[in-house]
Formats: sequence, structure tokens, C-alpha cells
Amino acid sequence: MIASIRKIALASVMVFASFGVAAAEDIIRFATEAAYPPFNERAADGSIVGWEIDLGMAMCEKIGRKCEFVAQDWDGMIPGLLSNRFDGIFASMSITEERKQRIDFTNKYYQSPAYFIAKKGTKIDRSAKDLGGIKLGTIGGVQSCFLAKYYPDAKVSIYPTAEDTYLDLQAGRVDTILAESVQTDFGLLRKNPDAQYAFIGEPALDKECYGEGIGIGVRKDDVALKGILNKAIKEVRADGTYDKLVQKYFGYDIYGQ
Amino acid sequence: MSDLFEAVHRFSSETSPLDFHLVIENWRLFWYGLVNTLILWIVSLIAGGLFAIPLAVIRARRVPVLNQIAYGYIYVIRGTPLLAQLYVIYYGLSQFEFIRESAAWTILRDPWWCALISFSIGTSAYTGEILRGAIEDTPRGEVEAATASGMSQSMILRRILLPSAFRRSLPSYGNEVIFSLYTTVLASMVTVIDLLGAARQFNSKYYLAYEGFVTAALIFMAIVFVITRIFRFLEGRMLRHLAPISS
Repeated sequence: MIASIRKIALASVMVFASFGVAAAEDIIRFATEAAYPPFNERAADGSIVGWEIDLGMAMCEKIGRKCEFVAQDWDGMIPGLLSNRFDGIFASMSITEERKQRIDFTNKYYQSPAYFIAKKGTKIDRSAKDLGGIKLGTIGGVQSCFLAKYYPDAKVSIYPTAEDTYLDLQAGRVDTILAESVQTDFGLLRKNPDAQYAFIGEPALDKECYGEGIGIGVRKDDVALKGILNKAIKEVRADGTYDKLVQKYFGYDIYGQ
Repeated sequence: MSDLFEAVHRFSSETSPLDFHLVIENWRLFWYGLVNTLILWIVSLIAGGLFAIPLAVIRARRVPVLNQIAYGYIYVIRGTPLLAQLYVIYYGLSQFEFIRESAAWTILRDPWWCALISFSIGTSAYTGEILRGAIEDTPRGEVEAATASGMSQSMILRRILLPSAFRRSLPSYGNEVIFSLYTTVLASMVTVIDLLGAARQFNSKYYLAYEGFVTAALIFMAIVFVITRIFRFLEGRMLRHLAPISS
């Protein structure tokens, strides 16, 4: 008797839940930082543009769904997703163990490593825990995780955005920055060809900090959306849409191994 | 101490939806942030307050030329967001090579000093206007009596106008003190780890937004509790003569 009441209750809950899904199925809302060119940024007219936006829209077209990108500051990404303000984080977020405790991820859609960037000829002692005593700027999250793990004694300033680190590298407040390579290529290196900035040394690699690439963050209970997005990634990869967009924006492969 | 730690751990894992165990484990980070916040706040209040006095006197006395300059200064500072001012000082000035090569760069290259300078400038404009209002509100009779007893203009300022204005501006200055405490959170935008900066770092390390920010908020509330108590005490002592007569 009790078991059957339970079943009825469960069934009605599931009916309501499926209503919820049906209502949400109209539009998939992705959060983006809109400050991470060329992946996502604000155009002069205030609209959000970039490789991730184009990729996201292409993916949605493949699976026949309407999508929309909304701007969200980095700090509020995961809390915003968990409070249903949007359905996915499409914002170059690395898949890491720590984040996986709070949210779920699709398969990776790209992975580009971080590098130290400085004026050509800058000496960075990667074997020393303090990086040879030079001053370093970076942003919070995965980059500061890497630094805390390998260079705990380094003098690190943590900035709100990558653009702020470029400004202070140019002003000389920091000697080097640790930053994601594609973004810095576009945001700093290509914009200042005369300044002689370069990637210094080997890439910064650490699975624990940088994870297994960059995926779309989704809520843990949103298994359906995760499946749909994984299918979409697979399809754009398979039919050449992905490569076309990569060629258009970067000119070199950013999917990685 | 270890008992307390253990109790928080148990509370966090069994009862509370929020994990304050990690906050306690990172108390050094929050402590560091708190110290930075307090120093930035108190030093900028003192520097801004000292600068506000001549501003207020110049404005209240309508000193020619200087009055216009002081008015322009206050207008610009109150007319623009403090974060914009901080960015102009921190990122803006660093764009110019002649500044980077000047002696001022030793101070301006340091984010801590940039924050302190912009907070001092900010609070000076607001405090200056509070004080100007209080000076202008001084009853004419007090000034006339002082003039009649042979005091010079500067002596009237020192003995009558300013002390009385300080007393009467206490309630609104208390407000400014609280506001200026909150403006110090902007320091984290230029890499200074203040209390909010500590909470941000905590958030970016553990992805626990509530725990870090709630902790920062609670500490701010504790500071404000102390400030309001101090001001209530000061007002009780210094403004007793203005209190309504109780029958």
C-alpha cells in the first residue's frame, strides 16, 4: 500500500519535472564572460561576439535548438548556474576536479595551454619555487592553482581579468604574467608586435589544475542537456563546422590531443 | 582552539549547509584581508579628514579663487564613481611614460598606495561638504559674540567655528565613516587583498561563493557595530546640549 502511494507520488513528481523540462526546452541560455577575446567579448555595439558564440550557435543549429548567450562575471558563474539563472557555462571554463564537485561538464570543446609571457629575454627560473624572485601577475582560478602548487614562494598579484594583467605587464608593475595562450596571443602579442613580448619556456601543464580541457558547465541534475550538448560537439567536429570556425579565428589547432 | 576547530568541522559537515570549516582553515587569508581593509580605511579617513578641513573652510568662507578650485575638485570627485577614479590613478597614470620614469612612480606603481590615494581623495570631498554645511550652520550669534570679545578671524575659526562644526557634523560623519569602509572593497580590483579580496580568492580557490562572502559580510557587520557604538557614545557626550529637554 505504502509502496504504491510512493509510486504515485514519484510519478506525479516526474510529471511535474517533465513539465519543467518542456518549458525550459524553448531556449538554452549560456553564460559567457564577454571579456575573453577572441572567445567571447563585447562588440562595439554591446552585443556579445566571439569564437565560442559562433561555435555555440552552430552547435544549437545542428541540434535544432534556440540558444542565447548572457553575460556573467566570472565569480558568479557557478553560483549563477546553480541558481538557474542560465543553463550552461559556455565561457572557456576548464574542467577541473574541484569544479566537478559542484557542477558537471560536457566533453571538452577545446584546450589551449597556459604560458608565461614576458618581454623577450626575461629570465624565469622555472626550477626555483619563487621563479627566481620575479614579480608575476595572473588571474584567479586555474592559474593561481598552478602557481600555488609549483611556485608557492613566487610574488603573485591576482587580477580581476586578463586584460588587467596585460596593462600591468606593459606598465612594468609585473615582470611576467601567466596566462592562457590563445587569449594572450590575441589580446597582447598581436596587438603589440613592437613590444617584443613572447611565450617564455614550456607551457604550464598540470592535470589537477587545468583539468582535461574546456567544457560547457551544466548542472549535475541536467543530464539531458549534457547529452544534447555532447552530441552537438561531436556533430560540429565531424562535419567540419568546427575546423572552419577554428581556421577563421585562430589559424592553428586549439582542440589539442 | 583545536576543540573549536573540531566543533566547526562537525557543524559544517553535519548541520550547516555552508562549509565554514574551510573558512577557518583559511583564517590567515581573511586575517590578512582584514588588516589591509582596516589600514586602508583608517589611514584614508585620517588623510581625507585632514584635507577636508581646509576644503570646508575655503568653501564656507568663499575664499576667492580657491573656492572655485575647491568646488571643482569636490564636484569632480563626487560626480564620478570611485572605481573609475581608482582605475584612472592605477591604470590610467601608468600609461604615460613620463610618469613611469618620474619619482612618483615609486608610489604609483604600488597598488596599495594607489588604493590609499584614491580612497583619501574620495572621502575628503564628501567629508569636506559635510563640514562646510556644519560651519555655515553655525548660529550667527556665536560668531558675533566672538568678534565682540575681540577674537581674530583665525581665532574664531579655531575656537568657535571648527569645534562647533565638528560636533554638529558627527551624525552625518558617522555615515561617511561607514560608507568609506565599504569603498575599501574596491582595493581588490587592483590586486590588493582586502577583506573582499580574501573572499574572492577563497571563492576562486574552492568555488564556495557563499561561505567566503558571508564571512566577509559578517566581519564587516562586526566592524560597523563597533563604529556605530563609538559614534553613539561621542554623540551622547558632545551633543548633549542639543538633546530635547526631558521633563
